[in-house]
Amino acid sequence: MRKIHLLLGLLFLTALPPASASLRVFACEPDWAALARELGGEDVEVYSAITAYQDVHKMQARPSLIAKYRQADLAVCTGAELEIAWLGALAEKANNPKLLPGRPGYFEASRFVRMLEIPASVDRSLGDLHPYGNPHVQTSPHNILPVARALAERMAALDPGRAAAYHDRLGQFERRWTAALEKWDARARPLKGVRVVSHHKTWVYLYDWLGIDEVARLEPKPGIPPSGAHLQEVLETIRRTPARLVVYSAYEDARASEWLAERARIPVVQLPLSVGGAPGADDLFGLYEVTLDRLLQAAGA
Amino acid sequence: MHSKTLFALGLCLACSTFPVAAQVGGGTLAARGTAFNPKISLILLGTYADFSSELEPEIPGALLGPETELRPGGFSLAETELVIESNVDDTYHGWATVALENEGGETVAAVEEAYFNTLALPAGLAVKAGRFLSELGYQNRIHAHAWEFVDRPLVYRALLANNLKDDGVQLRWVAPTDLFVELGAEALRGQAFPGGGEKRDGVNGAVGFVHLGGDVGVGGSWRLGLSHLQADADGRETGEEGAPEVFAFTGDSALSVVDFVYKWAQDGNPAKRNLVLHAEYFHRDEDGTVDFDDGAGGTASSGYDGTQDGFYVQGIYQFVPRWRTGLRYDRLKADNTLDTPDPVFDTLADDDAATRWSAMVDFSNSEFSRLRAQYNRDESRPGGEADDQFFVQYIMSLGSHPAHQF
Repeated sequence: MRKIHLLLGLLFLTALPPASASLRVFACEPDWAALARELGGEDVEVYSAITAYQDVHKMQARPSLIAKYRQADLAVCTGAELEIAWLGALAEKANNPKLLPGRPGYFEASRFVRMLEIPASVDRSLGDLHPYGNPHVQTSPHNILPVARALAERMAALDPGRAAAYHDRLGQFERRWTAALEKWDARARPLKGVRVVSHHKTWVYLYDWLGIDEVARLEPKPGIPPSGAHLQEVLETIRRTPARLVVYSAYEDARASEWLAERARIPVVQLPLSVGGAPGADDLFGLYEVTLDRLLQAAGA
Repeated sequence: MHSKTLFALGLCLACSTFPVAAQVGGGTLAARGTAFNPKISLILLGTYADFSSELEPEIPGALLGPETELRPGGFSLAETELVIESNVDDTYHGWATVALENEGGETVAAVEEAYFNTLALPAGLAVKAGRFLSELGYQNRIHAHAWEFVDRPLVYRALLANNLKDDGVQLRWVAPTDLFVELGAEALRGQAFPGGGEKRDGVNGAVGFVHLGGDVGVGGSWRLGLSHLQADADGRETGEEGAPEVFAFTGDSALSVVDFVYKWAQDGNPAKRNLVLHAEYFHRDEDGTVDFDDGAGGTASSGYDGTQDGFYVQGIYQFVPRWRTGLRYDRLKADNTLDTPDPVFDTLADDDAATRWSAMVDFSNSEFSRLRAQYNRDESRPGGEADDQFFVQYIMSLGSHPAHQF
């Protein structure tokens, strides 16, 4: 009789997920992976689909990603069609109903951020525009807190046994982040009004935060690589409206930026864009430290 | 008439999505995250082709299936594909591909694919039902607009009549492991070549497949596939529909495929430079009888037992953003036995190897457009006479963003 009880007990235990199993997080970008680690600590197991050296627009639903997506409890992505080329294909192949849009396991950071550059109309002749606005929301540290609050809520809902731990870590993160924001805002003052040229339409949230003025872009249209003729036009533009810097991100080809910087005799600055995109940008705090360091140094401010 | 109705249907569906787009323009929160919702795209595909040989494009040792002829010489429109896909509800997703093509001067609409698949089954399972491209091999499920060359590999043209698409059910399971492991099975009507014929009831075709995959460092990723097709043919006809000369095959056809794909890019970032290697090996075994009818009273019949082995290897290299170049080698060889030899079966009994070299370069202004030039040194006809083939092709995608399948 006791044996049967033991057996039944064992069966019951194996049917339930073990209490120590961590929440498996599939992050589309390294920034959301970093945020999930801040909020989840040792209670989560985090995988990032891309690195800061990869172009998020160009990724494919490759087998290793399907295998990770299949096992995840929570997908944390930017949304706003940033991952449109591969996330749908990944979901279709991975057979994981927990991560279906609309279910708690599917989290889109852009829903908690005030979107900028929402186009009035979308036509492919204007390039690969995102109809829901510019999706590169992680470029401003002011966008991180609203996402963090929503994400901690979501993690607590999915893993109610450890809800208190998620809320605690959110509290700590909020205090550290608010202090860091004050420091960054003060440091960033000299960048206000600085005119720059950028490679892709990546930095709208960064520029909005810092008061930087983008006078031209190296891509003639979003997603279309810089051509010689267009670079000449940009050179003409900045002869009329001088710019102080050329900005590109870790995954972009440096050659177009360097070509322009050399002719216009202005410095070129590579920004990490995402966590892991430069030495020192190992977490979200480091990401904005390095971004500010590099901009301030290049602008001589 | 038929095609007009379909176009109208497509337009109506397109209209119904516009209010959503308008809302989005206004920036309403509710409209966000709708990337998984109705997608409509229209693919425009056309070629200019030139061939140095005017011989019938037969292949030694193979009875070719329907629609396996070469592209017409000169300018020609290939299929115009209308694709509509959407989540049906929280449980199902639906997909339809309607191809408008020119057949003997008339435009016909063909339902290339029309299926639904499940979204919410537990335990890594998914079911697909309807008409779909089989998971046999690697390239089989890839649509014409995503091919790396103007034409299909020889093994696909000769052994599958371009690709295996049939009506049926597919069950697929993905293992909960970091190594990608996918198993699947398909039960099919058996209408598609190399099956086909009149008596179609029950399951006359079946496919099983195993896929493994993973990464090599940051820059590399791979997939290995093993798959098998078992099909019954009952008077499966060969060649163009309505042609006076008919070969009909009755018997069993079994096809095994090993496929391998490796993709590489510096830092895993394909935007600048990237390399894609494909190789597939096909082995087909057929056993049955072949009946010949020349349409004017002349007939012949023979028992036929044969195997055909073939493969292709290809490499595609993107050397600067937007520009790619590719090289492909094709080979196919048969070992067929006909127990009642007859001159009409000479091509089928021919055990010469068919080979082809292809080289291409293409330019993609954006993800939505591609222009391609290709040269083939084709020695795939009986007798092995070389055919120098030139192609120029355009592929234009209107509408929703193409998915980046591996």
